[in-house]
Amino acid sequence: MNRVKSWVTYLQVAPLALVFLLFLIVPIATIVVVSFFDYNTTQIIPAFLLQNYEELLLSPVTWRTYQQTIQFALITWALTLLIGFTVAYFVAFHVRSPTMQTVLFLLCTIPFWTSNVIRMISWIPFLGRHGLANTTLMNLGLIKEPLEFLLYSDFSVVLAYVHLYTLFMVVPIFNSMMRIDRSLLEAARDAGASGWQTLVNVILPLCKPGIAIGSIFVVTIVMGDFVTVRMMSGGLSASVGLMMANAMSLLQYPAAAANAVILLLLVLFIVAAMMRLVDIRKEL
Amino acid sequence: MQHGKRGPAFWFLGAFFCLFVLFLYGPTLTILILSFQGPGGGLTFPMNGVSLHWFRNLFEKQMVGDFAGSLQRSLILGVAVMLVTVVAAFSAGLAFRSRFRGSGVIFYLAIASLIVPSILISLGIGLLYRVLGWDPAWYSSAFGAHLTWTLPFGLLIMFAVFNRFDRRYEEAARDLGATSWQTIRHVIVPILLPSLIGVGLFGFTLSYDEFARSLYTAGTFNTLPLEIYGMTTNVTTPVLYALGTVTTGVSFVVIALSLLSVTWLRRRRARHGSDAGKAA
Repeated sequence: MNRVKSWVTYLQVAPLALVFLLFLIVPIATIVVVSFFDYNTTQIIPAFLLQNYEELLLSPVTWRTYQQTIQFALITWALTLLIGFTVAYFVAFHVRSPTMQTVLFLLCTIPFWTSNVIRMISWIPFLGRHGLANTTLMNLGLIKEPLEFLLYSDFSVVLAYVHLYTLFMVVPIFNSMMRIDRSLLEAARDAGASGWQTLVNVILPLCKPGIAIGSIFVVTIVMGDFVTVRMMSGGLSASVGLMMANAMSLLQYPAAAANAVILLLLVLFIVAAMMRLVDIRKEL
Repeated sequence: MQHGKRGPAFWFLGAFFCLFVLFLYGPTLTILILSFQGPGGGLTFPMNGVSLHWFRNLFEKQMVGDFAGSLQRSLILGVAVMLVTVVAAFSAGLAFRSRFRGSGVIFYLAIASLIVPSILISLGIGLLYRVLGWDPAWYSSAFGAHLTWTLPFGLLIMFAVFNRFDRRYEEAARDLGATSWQTIRHVIVPILLPSLIGVGLFGFTLSYDEFARSLYTAGTFNTLPLEIYGMTTNVTTPVLYALGTVTTGVSFVVIALSLLSVTWLRRRRARHGSDAGKAA
């Protein structure tokens, strides 16, 4: 490559690199630095203390919160994977016209471009004490008292996660499925495989990259979530994100920062484990 | 699987798909209906008459905080983020077609930007501004925070697009004597226009709806999602649903405009596209 050309290349990539430097690297570095700072009720004081980490890791509340967050992530992961795979499988292999496939795929992705906060609010008339679900069940005579667990519980938190994030599974899995050479399926059938055997032994292994990408999205989003837990549990459930937000509102910035560092390490560890299954660059 | 009659698997999966779509859209449709609740109506069914009461209520400033102001800020921010996302992702996409020193690092930074939880970006930028003694604002810190979410999406889309781009068009332009700039302006951009609109759609909607990344970066004046979030804790009338309907309406207009213009461009290209065999 000649000099002029490489100079142009760097100029072309500069805006992107600058944004990542200023709004990703420097802020994360700030979190790491501040996590060692001291603080009192009014201000943060530059220092190098391990106290924030000590307090955090010695508190049973921290461990319970991390456990609950991981539990949310696992349940949500399993449900979104099951639903997302089924939906993608239907559109990719059972819908025959390419136009119809595009339309149905778009139908699944449009909510991604609308507001999450609004989509959470929209569960209120369904799940509330006097909501549609309770009224219907009571009219049918199935229950006498309204079910209290529908809204503001772990149930509604997981429901909202599945509602919001299943499409993060649908899109990459659908993408993987559409790249599967259809003659492979024919070969499997000719060799005597049933539909189910083809699914398990041919389609599923070839969808691994899509599943890995979808899983990375869902797990990292749920691990760092705070607004869904706050809104859908009405403050009854805990999550790491919520714990950080609470520390922030008490102006305990270094404590929040230490928690952020631990969360970041955990998330990076999970992602690194999943990345071993997939080369993202090959998937584009 | 692709031939012959539909088996029971098709109908089972079809029913599952329909239920999924109902699950996706049902709640949103419910609040759309409930936002036309009569003045005496509540947050749940039954409908107590039909009116536009709650929409009028929305625009009376003292009633529900600063809806008009936050909507305006979110729209401006969304458009700014969209423009920067399209330009920066496109130009980086051009650069990434050849390997250059540091390309791996920037690629992994983009991936990191997607997987680092939003609240950490928000917290980090908020802390940074605090340490520096600056005031966060929606047009500075929140703007940057949103870009860390929209740019990776834009970049990955551009990768996928350039992987399928036929470089012979570009070579043909160069052979005909076009400069690099002319090649980009008259060959690459027109061919990639539908994809660029797609990147723009991501840029605008992701910014317009972003909550976590705005939380500690928006400063004194709220963006729309923050305003809505604030309202959920203290507003117990259907005005909340009216707000939801208007917000979702804006999203749908943007999505529809993008999809329509992409379809229109494709159709036009199919009509005018090839002049093979038409030489005089």
